[in-house]
Amino acid sequence: MGMTLTEKILAAHAGVERVRPGELIEARVDFCFANDITAPLAFREFERIGLPAVFDRERVALVPDHYAPSKDIASAEQCRSVREFAHRYGIVHYYEIGRAGIGHVMLAEMGLALPGEVFVGADSHTCTHGALGAFSTGVGSSDLAAVMATGRLWFRVPETLRFVFRGQPAPWVTGKDLILQVIGDIGVDGARYRAMEFAGEALRHLSMDERFTMTNMAIEAGAKNGIMEPDATVLDWVTPRAQRRFEPVFADPDAEYAAVYEYCADELEPLVAVPSSPGIVVPVNFAAGVPVDQCFIGTCTNGRIEDLRVAARVLAGRTVHPRTRLLVIPATPAIYRQAMEEDLIRVFLDAGAVIGAPTCGPCIGGHMGVLASGEVCVSTSSRNFIGRMGHRDSRVYLSGPAVAAATAVMGRVAHPEEVLS
Amino acid sequence: MIFVGTAWKVGDHVDTDAIIPARHLVTTDPEALARHCFEDLDPGLAARIQPGDILVAGENFGQGSSREHAPIAIKAAGIACVVARSYARIFYRNAFNIGLPLLECADLHDATESGDRISVDNETGRIVNETRGTTHTAAPLPEFMRTLIAAGGIIEYVRRQVAPGRGGA
Repeated sequence: MGMTLTEKILAAHAGVERVRPGELIEARVDFCFANDITAPLAFREFERIGLPAVFDRERVALVPDHYAPSKDIASAEQCRSVREFAHRYGIVHYYEIGRAGIGHVMLAEMGLALPGEVFVGADSHTCTHGALGAFSTGVGSSDLAAVMATGRLWFRVPETLRFVFRGQPAPWVTGKDLILQVIGDIGVDGARYRAMEFAGEALRHLSMDERFTMTNMAIEAGAKNGIMEPDATVLDWVTPRAQRRFEPVFADPDAEYAAVYEYCADELEPLVAVPSSPGIVVPVNFAAGVPVDQCFIGTCTNGRIEDLRVAARVLAGRTVHPRTRLLVIPATPAIYRQAMEEDLIRVFLDAGAVIGAPTCGPCIGGHMGVLASGEVCVSTSSRNFIGRMGHRDSRVYLSGPAVAAATAVMGRVAHPEEVLS
Repeated sequence: MIFVGTAWKVGDHVDTDAIIPARHLVTTDPEALARHCFEDLDPGLAARIQPGDILVAGENFGQGSSREHAPIAIKAAGIACVVARSYARIFYRNAFNIGLPLLECADLHDATESGDRISVDNETGRIVNETRGTTHTAAPLPEFMRTLIAAGGIIEYVRRQVAPGRGGA
């Protein structure tokens, strides 16, 4: 019996012929990173180990993205500790605001996450890079410190669940809707400790940006990683930006999957996850009409150029409802610039949206759009837990960018067709 | 080690935002984090927890973010160990790494209410709800987790690997 994509990458990095699900292995890590919230704890643990240097200063990235630009003195202290550590240990991939965006988006964009590699981040959405055909997973600060010290980490080899999407996505159906459909079906622990592999001809119709959205939310089903084969779309995207040589890895034809789920992409429709779990998913029309105070388009889930294009298509020539606020946050400076060059920024400003600096922003309820009690937000982010974006009595609906934009125009949860008709 | 304390019961799928909201992640100080532990789930809970108490949780405890602040906050709030039906994977790793013992038990949750007196034998996995007179068994820890615990956590484990002369390995 052959190996899945995830198993093959892990076997190669553990230096063994083959691995089996359930086995514990120690694997070489190609690249690791931490953010301004997780890094300070990782530094403390790293310094306890007592080594004079990180395992490879070109394979560690530090990206202040959660509370940067700093929102208060405490967050400024955390950002400073990241800056000081980066300078002290000569970390090559440290980026200040202005050059930094959301780590998951920026590191892929810069060609620092590559097919066939093992990528570890002290941030749960590190699973995003799996769209490139990498094994990429989130860990805590202590594990990250261990990686910074040794370039290695232990893993339990996960069983793989395979999700096959047939056909072509229906109009307004994006990668966000595909992954929400899956999470709604299998639940927030449906892939706990497992790999989620996405496949099928429908993926060929998805841009790289939409694919990142899907692997990004694998963690919302409890998965260890999300992954896709590095097909032509991936290789065309990654080859010109790759900062290291890489070797794409493909699953064996007789790989063994713990379960296979099949979807017909033509039959899917735009979805929302309703408060307060990414696992409670309904067609947008089931939630239509709910009055909304704030819409947010951005994050490591949906803050890429394709997302901004979709939102601008809905918003062009229209204005945000007078009782609703719209925040748009391009995930990186490069995406911001691209949106400017494509005149999307003008569309957002004309519509009455506020454009934020590249950062995680209101996704974690700490700054730049925190919700008051009783407020409702439609957000393109990945989590709508109680208190996630502000007061514990605020409520968050998760959607793709078209639904968020349409909702901003109508002032209530709306299908994009409603706005464009 | 045997832990004896008051049980505090929480439900299924308790997420890391419910354990420690991200708005408080501007510090790494355990005491500061502990003050806000569970504040959006049950605003008074952190203040009611006494040192040595036991958290009894349902499925998928600790889902969501990778913040190690979550087990740190629970431990600093006074919780001696957590017994859940199941755990989210990053939380599971993090808890062991920072020295918060976790046990998996299928039937304690249904048999327990907040305020019950519970004893947990971390070695044998024997759990007794002394208030209700019920006995339960936790799943044995995976071998590698035992190795990690014996080493004193991932950092001590790595310290011994990179510098065998220190740490007495």
